[in-house]
Amino acid sequence: MLSIKDLKASVEEKQILNGLSLDVKPGEVHAIMGPNGSGKSTLASVLAGREEYEVQGGEVTFNGQDLLEMSPEDRARAGVFLAFQYPVEIPGVSNANFLKTAVNEVRKSKGEEVLDSKQFLKLMQEKMKLVEMDKTMTQRSVNEGFSGGEKKRNEIFQMAMLEPQLAILDETDSGLDIDALRIVSNGVNALRDGKRSFVVITHYQRLLDYIVPDFVHVLYKGRIVKTGTKELALELEEKGYDWIKDEVDATINA
Amino acid sequence: METEILKNNSTISMYAELEAYQEIYGNQFPEIAGARIDALNVFRNTGIPTTKHEEWKYVNFSFLSKQSYKLQGQNSVFNLTAGDVEKYKLSANSFSVVVENGNFNINASNVTGLPKGLTIGTFSALGNDARVVKHLLNHADYKQEPFVAQNTAIFYDPIVIIADKNAVCPNDIQVIIISDAKEQALLIPIRILVIAEPGSEISILETYHSMESSAAVFVNAVSEVVIQENAKVNYIKLQNEELNVSHVNFHQVNMAKNSNHHITTISLGGSLVRNNLHIRLDDINCSTYLNGLYIADGNQLMDNHSLVDHAMPNCYSNELYKGIIGGDATGVFNGKIFVRKDAQKTNAYQSNKNILLSDNASMNAKPQLEIFADDVKCSHGATIGQIDEEALFYLRARGIGEASARALLNHAFAADVIDQIPDEQVKDKLLEIISEKLNAINN
Repeated sequence: MLSIKDLKASVEEKQILNGLSLDVKPGEVHAIMGPNGSGKSTLASVLAGREEYEVQGGEVTFNGQDLLEMSPEDRARAGVFLAFQYPVEIPGVSNANFLKTAVNEVRKSKGEEVLDSKQFLKLMQEKMKLVEMDKTMTQRSVNEGFSGGEKKRNEIFQMAMLEPQLAILDETDSGLDIDALRIVSNGVNALRDGKRSFVVITHYQRLLDYIVPDFVHVLYKGRIVKTGTKELALELEEKGYDWIKDEVDATINA
Repeated sequence: METEILKNNSTISMYAELEAYQEIYGNQFPEIAGARIDALNVFRNTGIPTTKHEEWKYVNFSFLSKQSYKLQGQNSVFNLTAGDVEKYKLSANSFSVVVENGNFNINASNVTGLPKGLTIGTFSALGNDARVVKHLLNHADYKQEPFVAQNTAIFYDPIVIIADKNAVCPNDIQVIIISDAKEQALLIPIRILVIAEPGSEISILETYHSMESSAAVFVNAVSEVVIQENAKVNYIKLQNEELNVSHVNFHQVNMAKNSNHHITTISLGGSLVRNNLHIRLDDINCSTYLNGLYIADGNQLMDNHSLVDHAMPNCYSNELYKGIIGGDATGVFNGKIFVRKDAQKTNAYQSNKNILLSDNASMNAKPQLEIFADDVKCSHGATIGQIDEEALFYLRARGIGEASARALLNHAFAADVIDQIPDEQVKDKLLEIISEKLNAINN
């Protein structure tokens, strides 16, 4: 589904990704962990198509299509979803209106009929339950005045509405208390259907107790330096990242 | 104040045109004939303001002297029917007054079945009403403002709307002003008088439109709105003319004790729009909201000048103007809050926010506070910015195309002003009109 080969990318002339490779097959959940500054958020930004990130080499394909050539909206329409680390507040645009526009633009791009207000409302009510979303939250402006937890719930709600093939969760657990973490994780787990794939970017193992990954990758200095199963995450939790850093730096220096 | 005078053949012919008009119609309204001659003299002496004049710095009227603008006079043959103007209506159940090329087209209007206490008509029909004679010409000061002088000298038959004491009109009254210049460039004067007597409540929609044509139109509009004790007036002013129209208007509001006023000025069309809104809070406990939205692109110029004149204590004013400027267009906001010595306990707020959509768009904002009382709360602020790139990316990352995303953000920015309009139906219709304009900018 997603294939990243030797990806090199920089932001503000600083090289962040140094030949990252990753393969994600349908239905798989991949966790990407790593110390601060290892390139986790850069990876999410490059995959979503942020213009300020420059790709210097390598390739990314999504279902065989060159993802890097696509505009952010085309990526979303093709089925890639990024849950933002810092969701943006948009005063004056109601959540419901925003989502109706988004859902219908995605449908149009696939040649499907657009939903009328009634059909949309029904879909919305169904998906709101997944993240225990309050009706008032859909009427409010997008993320405006939302708490940290509400913003992240809103991201998962949008994901549920757009039904992507691949979801990238960029530090979705940051700033969440234990209850919000549970709600968000339940929402994500409800969307695991054996076909939809997830790339879960996180700094802490805690999230992976709720969203259990098939693979855990450690990102360091812009490359994946270790891959394992969920036990690797537990090991990292216990021992920290230093032993991996030492291992990698020793190899580089050798 | 000194005003430069434009002198060349066309302007001279313009004065001749105005004089010729006065020759014919000067005695039509004997009560004000003297004042109208005086107004013409004032206009001839001050002339058309040039960009050297501080208050008119960004408005270049040289186009007025490049060709001659004719006065069509009161012998209009009407082309428009009630069906033709239906599309301009902002609410379904409104009364309508259609003004075609400056003249009241009663057949296209809907003024039948007016509620008790509401009068709509022309000055010639209502001129023997003492209230009309008392107020017409007495609020917008032609001695100070050249275009008010021009208008006063040559207006046709003013539209008069009166709400009697304690009359409440549940329906909006829409004055639909349409210009249609076929081959000859036209100067179209519009004059409106609104009197809200004590305890009355009315809602007026003053909307400007034009038929597409190659000939130029210069609209010079003056509205005088008198709000008496405990009365409440809601007002919408919409300029949605084609680009052949240039438009200058003066809107003078006078407020008496305990009165309420809410006005929203929306400028979308016309190649040049200059709005002058003067509100005088003339007695205690008045409250006024003045909101504005201007969306300009291409080579449009939209200039909003406002003056909120706090003359008496315990009054409240709140001003919010927002602008979206694209293409090579220019926006101007000049908002003055004047708090006189007697106006203690005044609360006066002003905010002007603008978005520039292109490198060649420009915006000139000048908030002014002049305060002579010592116990007041006043604030003002102006911002000029660009579209929020983070928000744009967020929308695109959800599958919304770039053009739609920009339109959505601009719409949200503008909707803030429209949301404050009390009438839901009018609000929805205006949002629709604004969307059309915003979509046109982005495509």
